[in-house]
Amino acid sequence: MPDLCNLLERLSNEFGPSGRERSVRALIREEIAGQVDRIEVDALGNLIAFKEGTGPAPRLRVMVAAHMDEVGVMITQVQKNGALKFRPVGGLDSRLLLGKRLVIGDERIPGVIGAPPPHLQTEAQAGKPVGLDELFIDIGAENDKEAEAKVKVGDYGTFATRFTVLSRDKGWPTVRGKAFDDRAGCAVLAGLLAERYPVDLVAVFTVQEEVGLRGARAAAYRVEPDAAIALEGTVCDDLPRPEDEDTTPVTRLGHGPALSLMDRSVVVHPGLLRLLQETAEAEGIAIQYKAPAIGGTDAGAIHLTRGGVPSAVVSTPCRYIHSPASILNLNDLENVLRLVAAALRRIERAHLARM
Amino acid sequence: MDKAGVGQLLRQLVSLDGPSGAEGPVAALIAETVRPMATQVQTDALGNVIAWRRGTLEPAARIMVAAHMDEIGFLVTKVEDGFLHVEAVGGVDARGALGQEVTVYPTGPGSEAYPNGLPGYIGSRPPHLLAPQEREKVIPLHELRVDLGLPPAALATGLVRVGDRVVMRGPYTELLNGRVATKALDNRASVAAMLAALAYLTEMRHSWDVYAVATVQEEVGLRGAMTSAFGVAPDLALVIDVTFGETPGLDNGKTVPMNKGPAIGWGPNLHPGIVKRLREVADALEIPYVMEPVPGNSGTDAWAVQVTREGIPTGLVSIPIRYMHSTTEVVVLADVDRAARLVAAFISRLDTSFLAGLPEEV
Repeated sequence: MPDLCNLLERLSNEFGPSGRERSVRALIREEIAGQVDRIEVDALGNLIAFKEGTGPAPRLRVMVAAHMDEVGVMITQVQKNGALKFRPVGGLDSRLLLGKRLVIGDERIPGVIGAPPPHLQTEAQAGKPVGLDELFIDIGAENDKEAEAKVKVGDYGTFATRFTVLSRDKGWPTVRGKAFDDRAGCAVLAGLLAERYPVDLVAVFTVQEEVGLRGARAAAYRVEPDAAIALEGTVCDDLPRPEDEDTTPVTRLGHGPALSLMDRSVVVHPGLLRLLQETAEAEGIAIQYKAPAIGGTDAGAIHLTRGGVPSAVVSTPCRYIHSPASILNLNDLENVLRLVAAALRRIERAHLARM
Repeated sequence: MDKAGVGQLLRQLVSLDGPSGAEGPVAALIAETVRPMATQVQTDALGNVIAWRRGTLEPAARIMVAAHMDEIGFLVTKVEDGFLHVEAVGGVDARGALGQEVTVYPTGPGSEAYPNGLPGYIGSRPPHLLAPQEREKVIPLHELRVDLGLPPAALATGLVRVGDRVVMRGPYTELLNGRVATKALDNRASVAAMLAALAYLTEMRHSWDVYAVATVQEEVGLRGAMTSAFGVAPDLALVIDVTFGETPGLDNGKTVPMNKGPAIGWGPNLHPGIVKRLREVADALEIPYVMEPVPGNSGTDAWAVQVTREGIPTGLVSIPIRYMHSTTEVVVLADVDRAARLVAAFISRLDTSFLAGLPEEV
């Protein structure tokens, strides 16, 4: 088993908002270079790695995808007073932004998201979140000229969160960091490349998932896979709740890989779902099902490419995705890797037939 | 001491956590730092650190310089399924609490293994699951949960107890222009200025005795200032605190400029004779400063000190910061150093006649 924790740490700390994934791509490229037959980077920036199978030809071509991009911000205006106005890149909850640290642009200029202090709120403002229009980024510049020497309109920013181990308990090893959606998937996908499978494996590290599954669409067209699996870091919403609320979490931390049945973007292919279920059972890996109709993944774009691609989604549950930090359980991550690796050893053409 | 020295001092001071009522580690650092500069260092019953530096006057005249060392934070109120419920200690801004990294200081069985506390996170439901109307609400502090990421069983042992302290994390981040973002600038920036002033005084002559007091529990009601001012019983007092620095989006009438030096407070809380002298000293030494009108309660230790015993003439020197009570408070390091130089110069120029002239200034 590769050291997923170490890889996840490096991936999580790297800078890669949608449209500016180059640092993440460089890290992954270096990480997997010795383990694949060929690497390509396409017009959008997707990193596509080919690993030929050991089975007899004609072999199935299976695309496994994980997205490199993360939610972030883009600078939209440099104000006279040196403050930077910004808009979200991807789905950011603006309630979470006040008082958070960012790094901006290719020079990684540190900045903080400011707003007037609570002491000086008006009565009308009290109790309400600070809206995006009131927020701005402060990099310490006293005026626009100073700011523009370091930051330009159009520069991207991400949270400055650093990876932290929370629990070293072997039964419950948890870590905290940014961008586990979907660096968790990237770590698993890189880990999968340690092995050669009977099928041809095409590992695609996609771009621009958070702004509409953009990279996966182009990559799937190029790869023309027979089947696809998207690896995700997905919503986990398992905090204790008041009893009168719906208590069904989307996924639960530490309860194993989460299989999607259907989300907003895809209805999972029944044959691939069965493959994953059978594999989990054969390997003794506990799985859970992600609550349906929440979120979307690269599988949504992949399965509609060309004439259609049978697709499935396997996710690592992550608490607090799309916020400055997420928490995941490394056992879940390792079991996603075990499950998908085993499925790649088992997958056959019969799994792709429609009933 | 210069900007770099003040920055180094400040970096150390904010590296420790000291929520109101549990200032111990910060107090220890301050005591250790002032010891070489002080004739005597003591800690009173509430935990105020009082560093006395002898002057030359006989009998002695006393000035107390006070800066509070506590910061806002949380208390654990309940442990539920591996998550912590918390309540605020001081004026925590619920708007900024979501998505905030925290450090929890456990005191239960097994807590010896965590002298630096446990890392935690105040998460929220992901935006994917929020109804639009939910995004319009600030989640009240009592509904927030601290996630330690620990196995649920680990907390069942009582590792974290009700009453344990939780502090928001906000590391020292250097911005452009000698500006720094960190948690607890309110009020470690002023503690740094006070310590730097004492350092300046070691190279200056001063006839008055100086009592530099790092006070506790300001954020919950100026408590440490009350007992320490009583104990020191000074002839004069200068309080150093932070104030609202000019902030994009805020009315300039509610703030003071950044990078224009400390703000000298003016109003009923502050003795006109001290204000006058502070201005004279700053003008003489060409230390930039701004005037801050404070029409009533200054909201600082000065409010408590002024009415201690039979009344103490008190002044207020404030360091402008942005985003007060967030974990990304921003200060200009030069302003911290200017505050330090002003306080040191004020003290060194005190003589026997100053006190005698004060009644005429009221």
